[in-house]
Amino acid sequence: MFRPVFLWSDILLWAMVAGCIALAVYCRRQDYLRRAWRRVGESGVAMASATILAAFVSVGLLDSLHYQPRLPAQEGSSEVQYAPEVLSALDALVADLRLNKEKTYSAPLATHAFAKETMERDGVQTRDYPRLKWGGAHLEEVAGRDSDLARRAASGAFYGLLLWAVVVGVAVGWMALARGAPYGATCRTVWRPDTATTRPIAWRAVFVTLAVLCVIGGVTAAWAAGYHVFGTDKVGQDVLYLSLKSVRTALLIGTLTTLVTLPLAVALGLIAGFRGGWWDDAIQYLYTVLNSIPGVLLIAAMVLMMQVIIDTHPEWFETAAERADARLLALCFILGLTSWTGLCRLLRAETLKLRELDYVQAARAFGVGDARIMARHILPNLMHIVLIALVMDFSGLVLSEAVLSYIGIGVDSSMNSFGTMINAARLELSREPVVWWSLAAAFVLMLALVLAANLFADAVRDAFDPRFQWRARRILKKVAA
Amino acid sequence: MIAYIIRRLLYAIPILIGVNLITFLLFFVVNSPDDIARMQLGAKRVTPEAIEKWKAERGYDKPLVWNAAAPGVAKATDTILFDKSVRMFALDFGRADDGRDIALEIRSRMGPSLAIAIPTFILGLFVTVSFALLLVFFRNTALDVGGVVLCVAAMSISGLFYIIGGQYLVSKVWNLVPISGYSGGLDAGKFLILPVLISVVGGIGASARWYRTLFLEEINKDYVRTARAKGLSELHVLFRHVLKNAMIPILTGVVVVIPLLFMGSLLLESFFGIPGLGSYTIDAIGSQDFAVVRSMVFIGSVLYIVGLLLTDISYTLVDPRVRLK
Repeated sequence: MFRPVFLWSDILLWAMVAGCIALAVYCRRQDYLRRAWRRVGESGVAMASATILAAFVSVGLLDSLHYQPRLPAQEGSSEVQYAPEVLSALDALVADLRLNKEKTYSAPLATHAFAKETMERDGVQTRDYPRLKWGGAHLEEVAGRDSDLARRAASGAFYGLLLWAVVVGVAVGWMALARGAPYGATCRTVWRPDTATTRPIAWRAVFVTLAVLCVIGGVTAAWAAGYHVFGTDKVGQDVLYLSLKSVRTALLIGTLTTLVTLPLAVALGLIAGFRGGWWDDAIQYLYTVLNSIPGVLLIAAMVLMMQVIIDTHPEWFETAAERADARLLALCFILGLTSWTGLCRLLRAETLKLRELDYVQAARAFGVGDARIMARHILPNLMHIVLIALVMDFSGLVLSEAVLSYIGIGVDSSMNSFGTMINAARLELSREPVVWWSLAAAFVLMLALVLAANLFADAVRDAFDPRFQWRARRILKKVAA
Repeated sequence: MIAYIIRRLLYAIPILIGVNLITFLLFFVVNSPDDIARMQLGAKRVTPEAIEKWKAERGYDKPLVWNAAAPGVAKATDTILFDKSVRMFALDFGRADDGRDIALEIRSRMGPSLAIAIPTFILGLFVTVSFALLLVFFRNTALDVGGVVLCVAAMSISGLFYIIGGQYLVSKVWNLVPISGYSGGLDAGKFLILPVLISVVGGIGASARWYRTLFLEEINKDYVRTARAKGLSELHVLFRHVLKNAMIPILTGVVVVIPLLFMGSLLLESFFGIPGLGSYTIDAIGSQDFAVVRSMVFIGSVLYIVGLLLTDISYTLVDPRVRLK
C-alpha cells in the first residue's frame, strides 16, 4: 500500500540511534562508565528530564519513518503510482490533524473562525463568525462545548493513566524479576527507596514524569479528536500538528551536527596535542582562524553559498522533501564546521596533559606506535569531555536553529521547525485581536525540550566530571543575547 | 609589554590572511561569479550578455587569482583575489551590490549600533554580576536554589521570545515606548530603552549562573576567611574581595566582546528597526548581498582579534602577577 522512502537524514538519525544503543551496551560492560551513568540515574531531576527527552525523541523517530502512499489505480492502467508527497509514520498517526484544515486562523479549542465572513442565513446576508469545518463540528449546540471538553478531558486523562498504569506495572514487574524480590516490596522500594544506606536510581521521578506526560498526552489526544487544541495558523493548518513536526527538525539539528563536530574535534585535537610541533601549529592556526570569524556571519556566509549551489542544481532532487532534507543536512554540516573549534581546543589541552603521564610514557618505552597509544590510552580518557560537550551543545543548537531560521539562513521554508513557526508568527501579535497561539505553542514545546536538555546536560556534567570548569558554551550566544 | 603587543599584532596578520582566504574560497570558488550572477538576476533564462554585464558592473569579470593578459605587476593585482580580498586589509571594502559605498555605510551605522550595544554591555555586566553575588550571598538557602532554577529556565528560552514578548508587553499592551524606530540625539533614548532592557534580561540566565560558580569557588579560600575574621561585613567581602579575585575568568569572556560591540546585534536591531550594523548585516543576508557579508566577516574577525589582545592586557591590570612577555 505504500513505498518506504529513505531520506538521508532518516538514515543518519537511525544510524545514530543504533550507535547510541551500541554505546549503551559498551557502557554497561565498563565498570567506570556504568558507575558514572549510575550517578546520572541517581539524580531525580536528570531522570525526569531524560523522560521528557525520551518523549520528544519518540515523536522525532516516528516522524523519521517516511513513505509515499500508493495512489488509487487508474482506469485501464495496471501501473502502480505513488503520491508525490512524502509522509511519515507520525503523519499517518495524526492524519486527523494534518488533513482537517480550516480556512485561516482559529483560536485554540474554538468552534468558530477567527474572522467574520459574509454568510447567507434564511436568504439574508449577514456577517458573522462561521463555524469551523473541524473544530467542534460534531457539536449540535455550541454552548455544549465546555461540558464536551470536560468530558473529553476526563476520559483522556483516564485512558492516559490507564496506559501509565500498564507501563509502570510491567516495568516494576520486570524490576521485581530482575531483583528476585516480591512485587509488593519492589513497588515500595521504588516509591520510597531506602536513601539512608543506598543511593538508588530515581525511578520515582521517571514514573511521576511519565504520569504527567500520559495525562497531558491523553487529554490532548482526546481534545484533538474534535478540536484544534492549539488553534490553526494563517493558512488553517493545525498548530499542534506543526509543533509536533517541528520536534524532528530540532532533534536533527541538535544531534546530526555532532556527526561533523565529533570526528573533526577528536581527530584534530588528539593529533595537535599528541604530535605537537608542526601538526600542532597547523591545527591551532586552523581553529584560530575559524574561531575568529563571528559564528553567525560564518554560518550566514556558508548557508548563502549552499543556497546558490542548491538553486543552481535543481536536478539533484526528485521531490521537495528531498530538497528540504538536503538543506537540513547541509545546515547541520555547516553548524558542525563552525562549532568544532571549542571542543578541539579542550581536547588538545587535555591531550597535552595526558601525554606526559607515566602510563603513556611506559607505553612509548615499550615501543607502542603513536596511533595505538592515541587510540588505546589517550582517547578513552578524553571521552568524558566529548560526552559532556555533546550534551551541553544540544540545547544551544536547538536554540540557534530558531534564530537562524528567523534571519533566513535556517532550514528550508517548507520544512516545519520552531524557527519557521516563530518567523511566520512574529507579526501575529500586532493583529487585533491578538493571535498568540502559534507563538505560545512554539514557546512551550521549545522551553520543554531545551530545559530538559539543559537539566540533563548538567547532571551528565556533574556525574562525569565534577571538577571541570564548563563555560556555558553557545555558538550563537552573541546573537541570542 | 609593548614588545608583546607588537608580536601579537604581527601574529594577527596570518590569521587575517586565513580569514580572507576562507571568505575568498567561499564566495568565489565554491560558486563561480557566473553562478552568483545567474542567481541574482533571478530567472533561469538569463542571457550570457546580462551575466557579463552584471559581472562587469561589480568587477567580477576578472580572473580569480592570475590575470595572464595583464601587463607586469597587474598580472597579480588585476584579479578578483586582489580587488575583493587583498584590498580589505586597507579597509577598502568597495561597493555593495546596490552600488553604495560599504565603508561609508559602516561609518554612518556604527553610531546607532553602539548606542544600543554599550548601555547593554555595561548595564548587563553590572546586573549579572550583582545578581550572581546576591545568589552567593544567599548560598545554601532556598533563595539560591530558586535563583539558579530561574537562571536555567531563563537560558532555556530562545532570545527571540524575549524580544517578541517584551515588545508586545511594553510597547503594545502598556504603550510605554514606541514599538520600533530610531532618531538621533537625545530623542533616541525612548527607542533604545526597551531593546537594552530586553537584551539585559535575556542575557542574565547563562552569565549569572556561570559567575555564581566562579564566586562559589573563591568563597572558601583563606583570604575570604581572613577578611571575615577581620570583621568585615559579608557584602564588603563579596564585592571587594571575592569579586576582585574572580575577575580573571570573568574578563576572559567579557573583554573579548567589547570590540565586537561595534557590529551591533542582529536580532535586536532588526526587530526594533534600528539602522545599525546588525540590521545592515541582516538586510545583506536577506538580499544576498555578498559584498557586504564578506566585509562584515572581515571586520568581525579583526575586532575579535583585537578583543583577544585586550583580554590579555586586561589580565595584567586586574592581576599584577600576570606578566606578558
